Amino acid sequence: MSESEKSGLIIRILGEGQYDVGDDALDRLNELDAAVEAAIEAGDEAAFRPALEALLEGVRTAGGTHALDTFDESDLILPPGDASMDDVRSMLADDGLIPG
Amino acid sequence: MSMMKRMSMIFRAKANKALDRAEDPRETLDYSYQRQLELLSKVRRGVADVATSRKRVELQITQLEQQAAKLQTQAEKALQMDREDLAREALTRKSGLNQQIADLQTQHAQLQGEEEKLVLAQQRLQAKVEAFRTRKETIKATYTAAEAQTRINEAVSGIGEEMGDVGMAVQRAEDKTAQMQARAGAIDELIASGALDDVTSTGPSDDISRELDAMSSQSDVELELARLKGISAPQAPGQLGAGDAGAADPLSKQTQAEGETPR
Repeated sequence: MSESEKSGLIIRILGEGQYDVGDDALDRLNELDAAVEAAIEAGDEAAFRPALEALLEGVRTAGGTHALDTFDESDLILPPGDASMDDVRSMLADDGLIPG
Repeated sequence: MSMMKRMSMIFRAKANKALDRAEDPRETLDYSYQRQLELLSKVRRGVADVATSRKRVELQITQLEQQAAKLQTQAEKALQMDREDLAREALTRKSGLNQQIADLQTQHAQLQGEEEKLVLAQQRLQAKVEAFRTRKETIKATYTAAEAQTRINEAVSGIGEEMGDVGMAVQRAEDKTAQMQARAGAIDELIASGALDDVTSTGPSDDISRELDAMSSQSDVELELARLKGISAPQAPGQLGAGDAGAADPLSKQTQAEGETPR
């Protein structure tokens, strides 16, 4: 999906930028993602915060910063670290994600 | 579907929709570059706006801290003159102020966080825009129309994602700043309304006192009262009011007034 030929994924954390993440980290990230998903479905704010933080931290530690002077699209896009569960819900509700 | 995948799809769809592609792909390049420059100046304005709000909150914290210190002095003075009721009033107000100050400090930290995020967003976008400008000229100069089309699509989509991200960051910062502006306005009104005037110049039953009473925690007041009593206990009453409690002292005026019309 990206114009670079390296293997692995580009993951964007909104408000932070893009990270290069190796394929080997993907299983772990999928687990962390599932926890976030479960918290949102259960409406469990208390579980949501640490789950989102763990997922974002997983991306940050698994990946390096993607070069700034490229125009590669991200394979995955994640909410900003300070997003509340409602913020994420409204982003997923296809509503007001990109202003203007 | 996973949260990551859904969010990615929705974000990408929106970012693509936001790209206005022109008939002539080369015009698309110029148009996109214009939009990038506009967004850059919007981010710069955003940074400046958040900084202004942060400074306003800093100023308010300073003002309220000065006022709290003044109330503390008044409470000590009142106790020395055996006016526990006035001391209590001053400490009650101070307790209300301390809560306002704590609230403002939280806001200050949030504004600082927004400011830092926006500065980073600005730096990222700046780097991308500069790279885009170079790429734009290369594409225009070297590629045939068909090749250029592909290159243009790549560059425009890639920067579209960045612009969507930065645009959101600016929006979030603006929303947060607007919320805080409203609260800062209320604090300015409180300061201007004389709520923070000398504790002895207004009766304890005015609106602001009641509000501060409600806001202040009674136990804080009792605790501090006890502590102050400890401080002022060893002082001899004869020392009080001898030199500095003259006619200009509002506390002594209030004492006289109360002697004539007891509450």
